[in-house]
Amino acid sequence: MGAGVGSACLFVGLLTALYAAGASVIGARTQRPGLVVSGRRAIYCLAGLMLAATAILQTAFLRSDFSYALVAAGSSTDTPTFYKVTAMWATQEGSLLLWAVLLALFTSAVLFATRHSLREVTPYATAVLGLISAFFLALMVGWENPFDQLVTAPVQGAGLNPLLRHPAMMIHPPMLYTGYVGFAIPFAFAVGALITGRLGADWIRATRRFALVAWTFLTMGVLLGALWSYSELGWGGYWAWDPVENASLMPWLIGTAFIHSIMVQEKRGMLKIWNVSLICTTFVLCLLGTFLVRSGILDSIHAFGASTIGTQFLAFIALVIVGSTALVIWRLPDLRSEARLDSLLSREAFFLLNNLVLVLLALVIFWGTFYPLISEAVGAERKVGPPFFNLVTTPLALVLVLLSAIGPVVAWRRISPAGLRRALAVPLGVVAVVAIALVTLTDAPQSIASLAMFCLVALVLAVVGQEFWRGASARRTMTGDRWPRALGELVARNRRRYGGFVVHAGIAVLFLGVAGSSAFLTQTDVRLSPGESYRSGDYVITYERPIARLGSDSARTGAPISFGAVLTARRGDETTVLRPSRNYYPSQDPSMGAIGRFFKGEATSEVDVRWGLRQDLWTAVRPDISALSRPIREANRRFSNSDGDIQAIAIAAIAQRYRSDPPPAAFRTLVSPLVSWIWIGGAIMILGALIAIWPSPDARLRRVRSIYAARVGSDLSRA
Amino acid sequence: MDPSRKRRIRLVLALSVAVLLAGGLVYTSFSASTEASTPSQLMSSAQAGRSYELTGKVVDRSVDREGDGLRFAVRDRDGEASLPVVYEGVVPDPFREGREVIVSGRVEGGTFVAERDSLVTKCPSKFTKDEQGS
Repeated sequence: MGAGVGSACLFVGLLTALYAAGASVIGARTQRPGLVVSGRRAIYCLAGLMLAATAILQTAFLRSDFSYALVAAGSSTDTPTFYKVTAMWATQEGSLLLWAVLLALFTSAVLFATRHSLREVTPYATAVLGLISAFFLALMVGWENPFDQLVTAPVQGAGLNPLLRHPAMMIHPPMLYTGYVGFAIPFAFAVGALITGRLGADWIRATRRFALVAWTFLTMGVLLGALWSYSELGWGGYWAWDPVENASLMPWLIGTAFIHSIMVQEKRGMLKIWNVSLICTTFVLCLLGTFLVRSGILDSIHAFGASTIGTQFLAFIALVIVGSTALVIWRLPDLRSEARLDSLLSREAFFLLNNLVLVLLALVIFWGTFYPLISEAVGAERKVGPPFFNLVTTPLALVLVLLSAIGPVVAWRRISPAGLRRALAVPLGVVAVVAIALVTLTDAPQSIASLAMFCLVALVLAVVGQEFWRGASARRTMTGDRWPRALGELVARNRRRYGGFVVHAGIAVLFLGVAGSSAFLTQTDVRLSPGESYRSGDYVITYERPIARLGSDSARTGAPISFGAVLTARRGDETTVLRPSRNYYPSQDPSMGAIGRFFKGEATSEVDVRWGLRQDLWTAVRPDISALSRPIREANRRFSNSDGDIQAIAIAAIAQRYRSDPPPAAFRTLVSPLVSWIWIGGAIMILGALIAIWPSPDARLRRVRSIYAARVGSDLSRA
Repeated sequence: MDPSRKRRIRLVLALSVAVLLAGGLVYTSFSASTEASTPSQLMSSAQAGRSYELTGKVVDRSVDREGDGLRFAVRDRDGEASLPVVYEGVVPDPFREGREVIVSGRVEGGTFVAERDSLVTKCPSKFTKDEQGS
């Protein structure tokens, strides 16, 4: 019953989206405002339909209704509730539905916000957004219906992939998707502006905040992905330059370029071609990101047909590229700059430079990510690994951080050399002190790139600190407020400016973590029996005793069996206890035996990390369960037909055996300096973005006033 | 200097910088890349001492743990030709028989001797229900 309603929601949604697109365009062409309004309301309707569909699917997941193919494949009765709720987007069909519902909500929000303004552009933007919705709905209706039913519902589902059972992994996809979807809004308005020829900064002003919201979510998504990699995948890194990671970074880079360069268009009327090109590229990369994660095209190029919707996705991406390029070329004469660059020492010049670096970064990452495809096209398939990415991105990242320090303090149009000196004298002094301290007191000079990054981080933080200090003290002399109040008022009254400064400080702090942890990491891989010790960094670590737990894994992911180790790490006279473990999830494969299937299924590392501001101590264990294969084989033979309780006792006995006669286990230890600052920097970035997004009280008042004025105006004209 | 000439010089300058950068990128990526090969390619034409990146699927029931090391065989994605691999180091969590792996190393006497810690298993976010059962 519910599934039928769900499928109906999708089908009606598809028609609604098409109607919204058609009605808006026809309404705009034939000057019938009523039709445009009905198009907008159709989008609200679409949002309602999508919410209903999501609610039906979520209910099925919560009730473990295995007549749904999706629920049977991605959940089970023993999956913890949190992971039942989030299992929807671990599947292809579910993530398409997530895209569709997020897009409908975003579209509704932007259409509601612009219902009194931008009367010419909005109908076309509505049409673009309606068509994007229609594409995703068509995929679900035609090929990947999340409401597909199984003829006979299995008693138990397959369960959520254990590797995805991590809180960060469950929040990461919706964050990324919200970011991807959010960039559809400025894209649609850019297309609307191109179609109507209203190429001023109006479309930018209307969607700037949406671009910032999208950027914020994308930032969170990328960071959570890194956090998941660090704390769940059991190898200890946070970034591996994997195609899927790169796919989320590329739209972030171009989106970052976009939110900088639109300021130049708003203030100076320049870079119009550049801005529409950037937002079209961002959106294409967002689609590509969604596509790459699901298609597997890059890891296994030959399995191109593996995804059922790969062709459709590629066709849609091609359509977006060709369509937006044609529009830009058609409008080229109208996209001329209203002003020229006055000086290379101006904020617009620095923004342009920052844009070039960001685009270049995205370009080299794109090149490296698609290198297997490119090289296969011209000859043999070749791959580039992290060394290539590190080599080409490090210099660009250094330049980027440098620009993020200087750009914001340079004035629009032109700054005199004296002004630049005044802005940078103190920060450069700070950098000199930091550099001397680093060279004389630490081993930072071992890595020139890291040393340079540390100095640039100091520069950014000093510049930002100086800006806050100058602004707040100016306020204090004017109003006589106390410091905290002066600072608060300063930020509240110039949210965009100071929010931006906070974001820059955050990215500097993030790079502090990247530079420290990438250049000064100590990694130790050892194999130990209980009682043995080893040295890693400045720690002496001892394998005290094994752990074997049943039905109570420390991360509460629902693993029935968990083997691990108790480690003590000594540094000086300080001792910490760590308990890394490894969770074993039962396989559904009967050939492994009734008992063996509990040990030979999927396994995940549950790492134990002692987080610290100076350094992290990260440990993972890989117990050697091959030593248990004889008792497991024995148990398979004897208890294959016994009931569940007896089998549970047999498993407990095997676990007991692991505890009493532990084989050697393999350990990986990382002593990773400053890595925590990556997450702290990320949090600061998000905070800064929120400050910049939050509407200031003045602006809200202005808007209310202008609506009121417009109403009075129209009343007067009628009278 | 008249402005149009100045603009042309600037354009030529920008273009040459772009060409230079692109050339640098192509050169670095080519020299930093390794050739990805399937087991059948390596078995027919592997040069001793050269480093390769082996891609393929782990053969069912071929995984054997030997103390610190790991022995398994990798077969073509769609084919039966398989190459034995000896490997030492960290094994990624998703490593399993039947799954796609990438590992770098060199061929010595019909066996692929892998570099330490070079084993990569396909990213888990792409596992589908069809693969999970296998």
